[in-house]
Amino acid sequence: MLRTEHELHRRRRGRNIGLLVVLIAFAALVFGLTVVKIGQGDMMEGYDYRPRASMLPRDPDAPAPAAAPETPAEPQQQQPEDQQ
Amino acid sequence: MADINAYEGPAEAGFGDYVALLKPRVMSLVVFTALVGLWIAPQPVNPFIAFCSVLFIAIGGGASGALNMWYDADIDAVMKRTAGRPVPSGRVSSQEALAVGIALSGLSVMMLGLAANWFAAGFLAFTIFFYAVIYTIWLKRRTPQNIVIGGAAGAFPPMIGWACATGGIGIEPLLMFALIFFWTPPHFWALALFMKEDYSRAGVPMLTVTHGRKVTRRHIFAYTLVLAPFAIWLGLTSVGGPLYMAVAVVLNAMFIAGGWRILRRTEEQAMADHYLVEKRYFRLSLYYTFLHFLALLVQSWIGGW
Repeated sequence: MLRTEHELHRRRRGRNIGLLVVLIAFAALVFGLTVVKIGQGDMMEGYDYRPRASMLPRDPDAPAPAAAPETPAEPQQQQPEDQQ
Repeated sequence: MADINAYEGPAEAGFGDYVALLKPRVMSLVVFTALVGLWIAPQPVNPFIAFCSVLFIAIGGGASGALNMWYDADIDAVMKRTAGRPVPSGRVSSQEALAVGIALSGLSVMMLGLAANWFAAGFLAFTIFFYAVIYTIWLKRRTPQNIVIGGAAGAFPPMIGWACATGGIGIEPLLMFALIFFWTPPHFWALALFMKEDYSRAGVPMLTVTHGRKVTRRHIFAYTLVLAPFAIWLGLTSVGGPLYMAVAVVLNAMFIAGGWRILRRTEEQAMADHYLVEKRYFRLSLYYTFLHFLALLVQSWIGGW
């Protein structure tokens, strides 16, 4: 049975604690970056290979959108057309 | 009592050994110059984004340091100054150093792209590639101009810092690049004059070994002369001002005077006073870059021309 605290164990623990601190700091950093980016109003959606109206640049000459109807209908899930 | 050291295994690395892989002392110069480049750029940057950007540039610099230690483990083991590094001393395996280097390179470039912009991230990726592949793997062991090429890698951080803020480059970051680029060779050659390391045994062609110490002295003075106009020119751009100009004129006059003294000395004179002039010039060179960049920082704070 090996119960003696060896220098090897101390180093390993130091390494594990160091890694823990680094990972927590990294998570905090990404969280902080997210908060700052949202606060600045940066673009939140990237291009994901499907065209979306929100990705298009704003057209200053376009007429203002019409007032929304009372309750917008829930968009139907589109079925793939090639399904038989 | 059982003793774990009874068998010979690889030594257990502590956390500090992995930090040492990133060359923290080189990192401090990278952090400072990148911060100045970012700070004095015309576009304001959110302080937290600025902090993250400098951090990821520093990690990228550290990653290239780890790649350098992976490739240069054989040289490092031969030279006294570097024999205690984690890889040659056996605490970290060279494969681990390679893994840390590659992983941190990818992480730092991706995170800099997300935090700042992808131009700056691409620039960081190029810098890591330049230092690890062009300098360390390709040219360091082939040409006595290795210090000049390595100096370029060290000169990129202020440009990356500027790119983080502006998304591009301009004449100011190019001149900051020139300031570090032309400063590096005389700085290291002065060190090589009084630190007689066994570069020849390690297979690194240093100018002092391949072309002799007289030629090295001539090179030091020539680079000091070339450096001065770039330092003054930087003072005439949008980031300059009276304070920077005063600092630049005084420091460059001192640097040229030091280079002239080195040029005029013979090896016998240098040995007689234990390389006093060379050591003084080396110490001055440390202050030289630090004070130039500090002056730029203060100048942008108090306002320029």
